[in-house]
Amino acid sequence: MEQSISLKDNFLKGVIKENPVFVLLLGCCPTLGVTSSAVNGLGMGAATAFVLVMSNLAIALVKNVIPDKVRIPAFIVIIAAFVTVVQLLMAAYTPALNEQLGLFIPLIVVNCIVLGRAEAFASRNTAVASMIDGLGMGVGFTFALLLLGTIRELLGSLSVFGYKLVDADGILIFVLAPGAFITLGFIIATMKWLKNRENIKSH
Amino acid sequence: MQYLIIIISTIFINNIVLAKFLGICPFLGVSKNTSTAVGMGAAVVFVMTLSTIMTYLVQHYILLPLGIAYMQTVTYILVIAFLVQVVEIILKKVSPDLYQALGVYLPLITTNCTILGVAILVIQNNFNLLQSVVFAIGNSVGFTLAIALFSSIREQLDDADLPEYMEGIPAALITASILSMAFMGFAGLV
Amino acid sequence: MAAARSSFLNLLVTLTIVTLVASLSLGYVYEWTKEPIARAQMAKQLKAIESVVSGYDNNPVLESYRLPTPNGKDSLDFFPAKKKGELIGVAVKTKSSKAYNGDIWLMVGFNVKGEIQNIFVIEHKETPGLGSKMTTPKFLQQFMGRNLTTMKLTVKKEGGDVDAITGATISTRAFSGAVQTAYETFINSASHGAVN
Repeated sequence: MEQSISLKDNFLKGVIKENPVFVLLLGCCPTLGVTSSAVNGLGMGAATAFVLVMSNLAIALVKNVIPDKVRIPAFIVIIAAFVTVVQLLMAAYTPALNEQLGLFIPLIVVNCIVLGRAEAFASRNTAVASMIDGLGMGVGFTFALLLLGTIRELLGSLSVFGYKLVDADGILIFVLAPGAFITLGFIIATMKWLKNRENIKSH
Repeated sequence: MQYLIIIISTIFINNIVLAKFLGICPFLGVSKNTSTAVGMGAAVVFVMTLSTIMTYLVQHYILLPLGIAYMQTVTYILVIAFLVQVVEIILKKVSPDLYQALGVYLPLITTNCTILGVAILVIQNNFNLLQSVVFAIGNSVGFTLAIALFSSIREQLDDADLPEYMEGIPAALITASILSMAFMGFAGLV
Repeated sequence: MAAARSSFLNLLVTLTIVTLVASLSLGYVYEWTKEPIARAQMAKQLKAIESVVSGYDNNPVLESYRLPTPNGKDSLDFFPAKKKGELIGVAVKTKSSKAYNGDIWLMVGFNVKGEIQNIFVIEHKETPGLGSKMTTPKFLQQFMGRNLTTMKLTVKKEGGDVDAITGATISTRAFSGAVQTAYETFINSASHGAVN
């Protein structure tokens, strides 16, 4: 019973309390770079979540046979291998999405979330716990990208998941680079504001 | 002329941080004061130029002849990690001054996505070796320019009286947005 | 010293094994995805061809051939569309490297009279909301059914006939340039009888 509760907490911490993007501010490059539409955000999130779960699992399994000194290079090779698997699978089965995300797929390798979780969690915990941790972080990351993508698409092109709501031009700047920065800035500010208010209430 | 266009376009028009969203982590993380920002920038110029040459050679003389281009991501990241280590060791021996200036930033560079990003972009754009080197220099200078400008603004921002929930990252991101808008003004320059 | 060396060897062996296992499994995945990737690329080309020439019953990709551009610097892929063995049009894959950001790849469909039937943007990395408007019917319409002997493929402010996309003159110019190359190569081949 206790085990299942901790598993659930383990999963939820990545989604909310330690959300990699909004709270830990990791993996900002793809967060800003691919979220000009909701679909792109979702695709990027899913690809990263896959790499997170698989590399966390693999690293938790081999952690005891890898000497401490080559830990990081070995982890990087394992992560890079799973990233290449994602690259090949996406080129084969979702070619359009693959083109949209482009460079940001191979760059999952250097996404701080992946190596960060490998270091901080998978190299110290069991395989199952590591997978759950990876899944939680992956879902949290996907949620952040989806939120950002949806807001930017809505304001920038007045559409949701490619479905045009009004036949007019949106506020173009939200689809462009400055819109990414400003939207993320306001989301984080809102989250801080909500947290502050909660703290004041609970006192 | 062609090289001049590459330089201008990578520094101003398609700035790697403000338009292409690479290297956001150091851009937000190492920009609290100008001197560290410039130090980081210098280290990136150094490593990016070297690593782009290395990965270019690996691509054209190892991966393509062997028909294993799909190993690109794995080999590139290994080459970069290895290169950063070697640079650190050599710098320590040869130029302790330079090592003191750049040393602390070197370990951070392996996971700086601008390095891997530029190495891959060079291949995607079908550049030759000289174009690749110019492209790497332009992009790393663009990175340095962005992070140096941004850090000098953030130094001022510390003194500003902001609502509590806007302090720190939110204000920094909104600043970055305005900076990025300013860089959009370079569009159409070439 | 000996201990240090043996541990160094140990490190090297571990790293080599990890890399080896990773490469071998990737090789397997690569072989496995090779065919689906080729199929996806074929589908992409067929989709582009379908939207610029119509009414054919052959597989233009299988009959495709490559011709040099008149200036000889490059060569373009030609996809002949045939109905009952008779040529009814050609789709030409063309590109421009003078765009704002990266290359633009277009598929331009000509009928046998040399008129543009339609243009399909295969790939571009132009700015969303500005240069990306080249994919909209509103922009593409001006080329449809036009004979390039009567249409000058430069933007209006340079004395041509192309309505530029607002705020994206560079993209428009690159787009028009790519179409021009396709047309010249097509006419050149026709005058040498290569089309039939």
